[in-house]
Amino acid sequence: MKFWVTCAVLLSGVVALAVSNVNNYVFFAGFVVLQSIVLATAWNILGGYAGYVNFGIPAFIGAGAYTALGMHLWIDASLIIQILAASLLCGIVGFLVGALTVRLRGIFFSIATVALVFIFETIVMNTPFLGGAAGMQLSRPETGGVFPTYLRMLVVVMLLLAIVAVALARYVQDSYIGKGLKALRDSEEAAECCGVPTLKLKLLACSLSGALLGAAGAPLPMYLSYIEPVSTFNLLYAVSAIAMPIIGGMSHWIGPVIGAILLSSLQQLVTVTISSELNVLVVGVLLVLFVVAAPDGIVGLYKRWKSS
Amino acid sequence: MISLDLLLEAVLFGILLGGFYAAVSLGLSVSFGLLDVPNVAHPAVLVVGAYGAFSLGKYGIDPIVAGLLLTPLFFVAGSLFYKGYYIIFERRGQSAAVNGLAFFFGVVFIVEVVLVLWYGVDQRSAKAPYIGGSLELGEIRIPYRLLSAFGVALVISVMLSLYLSKTFLGRAIKAVGQDEEALRLMGVDPVRVKQLAFGIATGVNSLAGAVLLILAPVEPTIDRIYIGRTFCVVVLAGLGSVSGTLTAGLILGVAESIVLMFFGASWSPAVAFGLLLILLGFRPQGLFGR
Repeated sequence: MKFWVTCAVLLSGVVALAVSNVNNYVFFAGFVVLQSIVLATAWNILGGYAGYVNFGIPAFIGAGAYTALGMHLWIDASLIIQILAASLLCGIVGFLVGALTVRLRGIFFSIATVALVFIFETIVMNTPFLGGAAGMQLSRPETGGVFPTYLRMLVVVMLLLAIVAVALARYVQDSYIGKGLKALRDSEEAAECCGVPTLKLKLLACSLSGALLGAAGAPLPMYLSYIEPVSTFNLLYAVSAIAMPIIGGMSHWIGPVIGAILLSSLQQLVTVTISSELNVLVVGVLLVLFVVAAPDGIVGLYKRWKSS
Repeated sequence: MISLDLLLEAVLFGILLGGFYAAVSLGLSVSFGLLDVPNVAHPAVLVVGAYGAFSLGKYGIDPIVAGLLLTPLFFVAGSLFYKGYYIIFERRGQSAAVNGLAFFFGVVFIVEVVLVLWYGVDQRSAKAPYIGGSLELGEIRIPYRLLSAFGVALVISVMLSLYLSKTFLGRAIKAVGQDEEALRLMGVDPVRVKQLAFGIATGVNSLAGAVLLILAPVEPTIDRIYIGRTFCVVVLAGLGSVSGTLTAGLILGVAESIVLMFFGASWSPAVAFGLLLILLGFRPQGLFGR
């Protein structure tokens, strides 16, 4: 109950902000932070709960973004349709990736997902309809619904996606699915022997995670009003979205949210005030630091502090 | 219509390229194949080797000589790095699955940024008498840089294979990959053997990096494409099969070269990753796997 009240308050707050006349930069940065929450939460459903490290986040983001672009170019679809199509396609890709887990675990699974990034990127580069290697310029509609600019509407949409993602992650964690995933993370053989339907749960987690990652990518072309493959399929998305749950803590749904808010705000700050190279360094160093010194993240630190 | 001459040329270039791919994958074949360390940072270290050779090249040192000079430094760095990795992950019994992988992934990005800050994002290339010219064989012209890269690659591959199969320490490294516990029972410290092995895996990278610099200009993020190529070669060879690395490299080289020749350069990055994905899906134990 408390969770839903918080969500409602947040949503009405952001809608109120969006119809008022606050500085546009707040929304530009806010979009990135909200998108990070979706990405980190979606990744954590598979990576944190089940222990399968998906490096292929940019593949899902890119597939989502280019599906949205394709729908826009093909039938001039509305944003809702674009997002639904993107999450449907990425859910299917996630399902296929999940099927790989029958044979692949650990680093083999991770490398297979990296392969997906480069394969998708090459396909897009060779598809003139989607702009090919040169990319494509898009014109954002003037207004979006009741909001003064389209960008502000995108921020509200991203907030809705974040709420959906976190609510799903929260549901998965507390339900039978999450317990099963946790069991198979600790020992897949033992879980299978105890009657946990490991393959079914992994397929479910992969599809769900993939669909959410794709949905997070779908508004990207309109947000940037420009899209090209190299930056869309950038592995930096992967390292950030993996760093966030690790910094926040992977065992609880709040972990990725904390990590995403902290890290992406810091990234925004560093990019604006210093340089975009240093922003990458911050992610890398924090990731290594937390893995080495606080492997259970901020949530883990908090738990240890409370119990001592 | 596919002409036979063109196909022959593609195969020839593919073989030369494949030798090079084998050389850049050797270190990974030891660190990942034998030691089971999820070393995603391997290609990043390779690029560091290339930049090392570039830096020494400013003083007029030949890239291959520079690679040899840097090898001891890489060896020491690698063996210390493994010690650290052992203390943080293997001794603690921390799950290497998520945290170990994330750790190496973080290292990749740190290395990339440090290279960007140090050298800038421009492409860098080496100067040497054998870079630029080419050997003419009738219709076909083979660049010397490709030939020299192939030569060095062949020498490293053969030497490392011989070292691992003929010498005492080499066999100890193979043994630690097979059964660590048995080695401990024989009174050997497996961590020290692994340190030696990881040192060698890293040391080979300085020379392989020099070869990378000879073959083509490098830039700091070039390592990403080599994640696919090196892992493809190592998985294709079968984990732990260092001697199979050369064959696997040749297969990848020929496949890439044929795609390049008949479909164009824009498709060639997907070859290694596509092959890797098919391989992982259908035959993860590789060609010469255990």
